[in-house]
Amino acid sequence: MNYYIGIDIGSTCAKTVVLDENKTLLLHLVQPTGWSSVDTALAIQRELREAGFDPEQLPCVATGYGRISVPFADKTVTEITCHGRGAALLHGGEELTVIDIGGQDTKIIRVEGGMVKDFVMNDKCSAGTGRFLEVMANTLALRPDALCDLARRGGGTSISSMCTVFAESEVISLIGRGEKKENIAYAVVDSIVKKVASQARRLEGSPGRVCLTGGLCSCAYVRDALSIELRTEVAACPEGRYAGALGAALSAFSIRGKNV
Amino acid sequence: MSDYVQMWKDLGMDLETHDNLCQVLPTAFGDVYLSQENRPEGMNFWDFVVSEIHGIRPSELLEAQKKGQKVFGTFCVYVPDEVVIAANGIVTGLCGGSQFWVPGGEKVLPKSTCPLIKASVGARLDRTCPFFRIADMYVGETTCDGKKKAWEILGEDVPMYIMDLPQMKREKDIQKWAEEIAAFARKVEEFTGNAITPETLGAAIHTINEKRKALARMYEARKSKVLPISGKDALLVMQIAFFDDPVRCAQMTNKLCDELEQRIQDGVSVFPAGTKRILLTGTPLAIPNWKLHHIIETSGAAVVCEEMCTGTRYFENLVDESQTTLEGQFMALAQRYMKTNCACFTPNTGRIDDILRMAKEYQVDGVIDVNLKFCCLYDTEGYTVEKALKEAGIPVLGIETDYTDTDAEQLRTRVEAFVEMLG
Ligand code: SF4
Ligand code: SF4
Repeated sequence: MNYYIGIDIGSTCAKTVVLDENKTLLLHLVQPTGWSSVDTALAIQRELREAGFDPEQLPCVATGYGRISVPFADKTVTEITCHGRGAALLHGGEELTVIDIGGQDTKIIRVEGGMVKDFVMNDKCSAGTGRFLEVMANTLALRPDALCDLARRGGGTSISSMCTVFAESEVISLIGRGEKKENIAYAVVDSIVKKVASQARRLEGSPGRVCLTGGLCSCAYVRDALSIELRTEVAACPEGRYAGALGAALSAFSIRGKNV
Repeated sequence: MSDYVQMWKDLGMDLETHDNLCQVLPTAFGDVYLSQENRPEGMNFWDFVVSEIHGIRPSELLEAQKKGQKVFGTFCVYVPDEVVIAANGIVTGLCGGSQFWVPGGEKVLPKSTCPLIKASVGARLDRTCPFFRIADMYVGETTCDGKKKAWEILGEDVPMYIMDLPQMKREKDIQKWAEEIAAFARKVEEFTGNAITPETLGAAIHTINEKRKALARMYEARKSKVLPISGKDALLVMQIAFFDDPVRCAQMTNKLCDELEQRIQDGVSVFPAGTKRILLTGTPLAIPNWKLHHIIETSGAAVVCEEMCTGTRYFENLVDESQTTLEGQFMALAQRYMKTNCACFTPNTGRIDDILRMAKEYQVDGVIDVNLKFCCLYDTEGYTVEKALKEAGIPVLGIETDYTDTDAEQLRTRVEAFVEMLG
C-alpha cells in the first residue's frame, strides 16, 4: 500500500493528513501554528513518525501560508489549489463552489472535475475572515465558536463598517449602549456572511453545489446564515477543516520515486 | 551615483532624502534583475542606465539646456513627442513608480488617489528626482480625474500646459485632438523660440516612428515559443524608453533585437519549456515598479506581453509619414494617437479587441489584469475585460495592488494558484 502526506500550515492551526492509495483518510492531526512555522513542522514530523508515517520516506506536500517552512516536504502547492481539490474529495460532484473562511483570508473557489477553474480571494483587509471573528469574539469575551452559537438567538442589530478596526469600535459602543450579547454576536456573523456572499457572487456561472471548508465549517449557524444569504444550501462536513491538507495529500500522488 | 552630488545640489534637490533612494535602488535592482539567468548581453546597456539613473541622462539633459534646448516633462502616452522634437525640444517621461515618493504626494493629495499620481506629485514637491527638477515645462492632459486635479497643484510649483483630451472617439473628437495638437505646437514654438515646419515635424515623426518600430520588434520576438527575453527585461526597456533619447533608444533596442532573433533561431530561451505564458493588462508600470513581473516570473510563469502604457500602448500604430503640410501632419498625429485605447475613453471596446488579439498573437496561457489601487477607470473596465476573456475561454486573474510590498506574499499566493490552475 502507498501512503501520501498533506500538511496545511495555516495562520492559526496546522492540519496534517495521511491518505492511502485509495484516498482513504488514515490519520489527521491538528495543532496550533504558534510563533514558528518551522518548529510546528518539526513537531508534525515527530508525530507522523510516531504513527508510523515518516515524511522523509513518503510523498509529502505542504500548503498554507507557512508552506515554505516545511523542510521535509517534496513540494509546495498553494492553499487555493489544495482547498479546491480537498473539497472535491469530501463533497464529490462534477461542479463545486468552495467557500473557505480562513484565519487571514477568505477564498471562493470554483472546481470542475476536481480541478480549480477560477477563484477569488479577499484583499489585504481582514473583513469576512476568521481574523475578524476572532477580534470581535475577543472584544465580547467569548470563544469564536461560542459567538457563532450565540448569534443564532440574536437579531435586529448590524455593524456597518467592513474594516476590523472600525467594526471593533462599533462593537464596543454597542456594548456600551447595553445591546444584548446575542444581538451583537448576530451582527458580527451577519457582517462576515454578507462580505463572504458578496465575494462569492463575483464568481460567475452556476455555482453547482456550494460547500464550506476551513475553520468555520463546524459552526452550524454560519453555514445556515450563508445558505440563506446565497439562497442555496451550503454543505459542510466535520472534515472540512482538513480540506487544505487533504488537497495537499492528493497533490502528493504525482510525486514519484518515494513509495515503492 | 556619487559623482553627481554637485549636479543634484545645483538642481536644488533634497540630498539627504534622495540618498535613501540611492541606497535601496541598487539592492532592489540586483535582487530583481541581476539574479536572472542567461540574460541577453544587450541588456548591459539598460543595466548601466539604471545604475546611473539619476545621473547620466539628467546630465545630458542639463548639457542640452545649456545649449538652449528646452525639456518637456510628460505623464501620458497621448502627448505627442513629435511636436516637441520638431521644435528642437526634448521630452522626458515623469511618471513615478516607487512608494518612496508616495508620502510626499499624500501631503497634498487625498489618500484615495492612485499611487502613480501620488508618487509623481511627491517626486516634484519633495525635490527627490532630478528629472522632475530639470523639466522646464510639464505637459498634462485631461485623462483621469486624479490627474486633472493634480495638475492644478503641480501648476503652483512649475509651468504646466494642459492638453484637452477628448473622452470619446467620434470623427469630431479626432478633429478636436488635431486642433489640440496644433495649439500645443504653437505653445511649444513660443516656449522654445523655434519654429515648427513641415520639414522638422516630418523628421520628428520619422524619428519616433523608428523608435516605435524598434520596440515593436522586441515585442515581436516575445511572441515566439522560444522566449529570448524575460518579461522583466522587456519591461525595463519600455520604462527607460520614456526617458532616453529616441534615436539612441531605437538603436540600442534594434541591437538587442538582433540578439533576440538570433536566440530564437538557436532555440535559446530564458525559461524552461512549458513555462506558462502570461499577458499582463491594465494600468501603467512606471519605473521602478517591477513588483508584479518579479512575482510572476518567480512563480513558474513568464510575462510575454504588457497591454499597458509601459507596453503595447506606447508603440502600436505608426504615424502616416506622407503628409507635407502642418495641417495634414497634425491630423495624421491625431489619427495615430486616437488609436490608443485607454480606459479614460468611453466606449472603449477597442481595448477589449486589443486584449483578445494579443492573447492569440502572444500565445498566452492566461491573462492577469492589474489595477493600481484607486484607479477607478481601469478598475471598472476590469469587469468588461474579465468578462470578455472568460467568454473567449481564456483564464484571467484580476489583481489590485499599489507600490508597497505589504501585499507581496498574498499576491504570490494568488499568482501561484493561478499558474497551478493553468495546469
Ligand atoms: S493609462 Fe491612460 S491616462 Fe494613464 S498614461 Fe496611459 S493613456 Fe495616459
Ligand atoms: S492609473 Fe488610473 S488613476 Fe492612475 S494616473 Fe492612470 S488613469 Fe489616472
